[in-house]
Amino acid sequence: MLEIKNLHAEVDGKSILQGIDLNINKGEVHAIMGPNGSGKSTLANVLAGRDDYEVTEGGIFFDGKDISELEPEERAGEGIFLAFQYPVEIPGVTNTTFLKEALNAQRRYRGEEELDGMEFVKMIRGKTKELGIKDDMLKRAVNVGFSGGEKKRNDILQMAVLNPKLAVLDETDSGLDIDALKVVAEGVNKLRAENNAILVITHYQRLLNYIVPDQVHVLANGKIRRSGGKELALELEEKGYADYSGEAA
Amino acid sequence: MAATQETVEQVQSLEMDKYKYGFVTEIESEKAPKGLSEDTVRFISAKKNEPEWLLEWRLKAYRLWLTMPEPKWGKLEIPEIDYQDSYYYSSPKSMEDRPQSLDEVDPELLRTYEKLGIPIKEQEVLAGVAVDYVFDSVSVATTFREQLKEVGVIFCPISEAIQDYPELVKKYLGSVVPAGDNKHACLNSAVFTDGSFVYIPKGVRCPMELSTYFRINELNTGQFERTLIVADEGSYVSYLEGCTAPQRDENQLHAAVVELVTMDDAEIKYSTVQNWYPGDEDGKGGIYNFVTKRGICKGKNSKISWTQVETGSAITWKYPSCILQGDNSVGEFYSVAITNGRQQADTGTKMIHLGKNTTSRIISKGISAGKSQNTYRGLVRVAAKAEGARNFTQCDSLLVGETCGAHTVPYIESKNRSARLEHEATTSKISEDQLFYCRQRGISEEDAVGLVVNGFCREVLQELPMEFAVEAQQLVKISLEGSVG
Repeated sequence: MLEIKNLHAEVDGKSILQGIDLNINKGEVHAIMGPNGSGKSTLANVLAGRDDYEVTEGGIFFDGKDISELEPEERAGEGIFLAFQYPVEIPGVTNTTFLKEALNAQRRYRGEEELDGMEFVKMIRGKTKELGIKDDMLKRAVNVGFSGGEKKRNDILQMAVLNPKLAVLDETDSGLDIDALKVVAEGVNKLRAENNAILVITHYQRLLNYIVPDQVHVLANGKIRRSGGKELALELEEKGYADYSGEAA
Repeated sequence: MAATQETVEQVQSLEMDKYKYGFVTEIESEKAPKGLSEDTVRFISAKKNEPEWLLEWRLKAYRLWLTMPEPKWGKLEIPEIDYQDSYYYSSPKSMEDRPQSLDEVDPELLRTYEKLGIPIKEQEVLAGVAVDYVFDSVSVATTFREQLKEVGVIFCPISEAIQDYPELVKKYLGSVVPAGDNKHACLNSAVFTDGSFVYIPKGVRCPMELSTYFRINELNTGQFERTLIVADEGSYVSYLEGCTAPQRDENQLHAAVVELVTMDDAEIKYSTVQNWYPGDEDGKGGIYNFVTKRGICKGKNSKISWTQVETGSAITWKYPSCILQGDNSVGEFYSVAITNGRQQADTGTKMIHLGKNTTSRIISKGISAGKSQNTYRGLVRVAAKAEGARNFTQCDSLLVGETCGAHTVPYIESKNRSARLEHEATTSKISEDQLFYCRQRGISEEDAVGLVVNGFCREVLQELPMEFAVEAQQLVKISLEGSVG
């Protein structure tokens, strides 16, 4: 589904990613782990197509299509979802409004019929019920006044509504206590399916206790240094990243 | 909240052209000779078949106007206005012999309002809103008049009110905004042409929204409308005005006066969606919107609430104000002002607390984009006898881009120690993070700006009558098109 080939990317003229190769198939969960400054977040932003993140070599193929020149909203329409490390607040815009706007924008992109108010409300009520989220959350402005855990839960809700083919979780565990972490993991696991894939980007192994990956990759100095099964994460937890970057993790 | 959702949905159905009201109606019109003189004033008064007292009132204003300086209140760069280069009266010829019904109204005029999205005939059938249609210097049609009359509500062009209800007009005209208030109001007093008159009798809750739609069509013509609304004891009315004008290279002057009066326990809710042609990106053309709006809460427990969405005009100079004379009276001002391109807006309010336990609330949201300048200017004054007066003011500015300006200028004068006055102000920018977040969820950059700005204005937009919230949200979005990327 996702094929990253020899990907080089720079930010503000500074080279960060230096030749990444990665394949993710439908139904798989991959984890990318690495020390600070290894290029983890850059990879997430490059995948999402953020301005200022320039691909200088190689390419990103999604369902066989080169998406490296697409706008962020087009990639979203293709089915890529990025759960942000720090979800952004949008005062005055309710979750319902935001989600409806986003979903219908994606549907338009894909040439699908937009949902009207009634259909949308019905759909979203189903999702909140499924995820055990209070409907109350829908009336609140996007992430405004949300606790860290609530913001992450909101991400899960967005993911459930937008139903992406690939969800990239960019250090979504940072700053979460163990209970919140479990809630996020539970949500993600509920959304795991045969026709979608998940890429978990994290510094720590602990999230991977709850979202169990099929493959783990170690990213350091802009390259994937090693790949392995879920046991690789445990090894990293024990030994740290010293072997890969020369710095303590 | 439902309204907000629906509106965002409707925003998507918009056409992308920037100012879609910029067309001109080809119609033969009857004009006063160009320029301004006592003869112009007499011409207008004669055209309207006015009584002697009104002509005298106008002439007095005109003579005073000659001596008055341009107003100094405001931070605006206004090119010198050549008052002799303008027409002060323009009426579609077909309106000369007052059409008695819509069937007699020139189809070209009807088509104009259809193109503006407010078809007169359809509106006639739609329940809920009564509309007075003002085209250049005359009222073309007023819907639902008969139905309103049944409950005693008077809603008609002011030119007709002068004929039919001279006592009421004489009593209140100029009672809130005297001719000598400022130069623009003075000019209006001399040459005002049409506008709406509303009277709500004691204890009547007006059964529908009242609305006036102002359209400037003719080249080099100023529009000087005058609106007077009187709410008698215990009555209530919600009134809305909307305005558009063709796209032209020349500047046109719009100097309106609005006066509101509320008696004991009465309430007027006055909303404006202002979308005059703003000029092009380089600042060529556009309307000079120099407007004096003021209400007096004459009676105890009365309330006046102004809500405005200001997106158009090359220059806006406007301060809808409340004189809180009656004890326990309430004044409110909710404002969204958006400037883009080379627009300048200097807008705000004046809350004058005279009575005991009077309260006022000011919520202002200014959005600046392009190379525009946007100023909130507001006065809160508490008189010595206004025991227990309270004010809360919140001014938020949002900047889009690097080349615009936002300014907040509050004036606070209190002569009573028991007064409690609060002022909060913030300035923020639409962040890259917000835009990227929206885009990552599939929303295009322009839609994202529209969404974020609509969120920023929400507190004010939700004060608008439901029927107009949609239009306002669309406007907010359209006004900012081309401001990013």
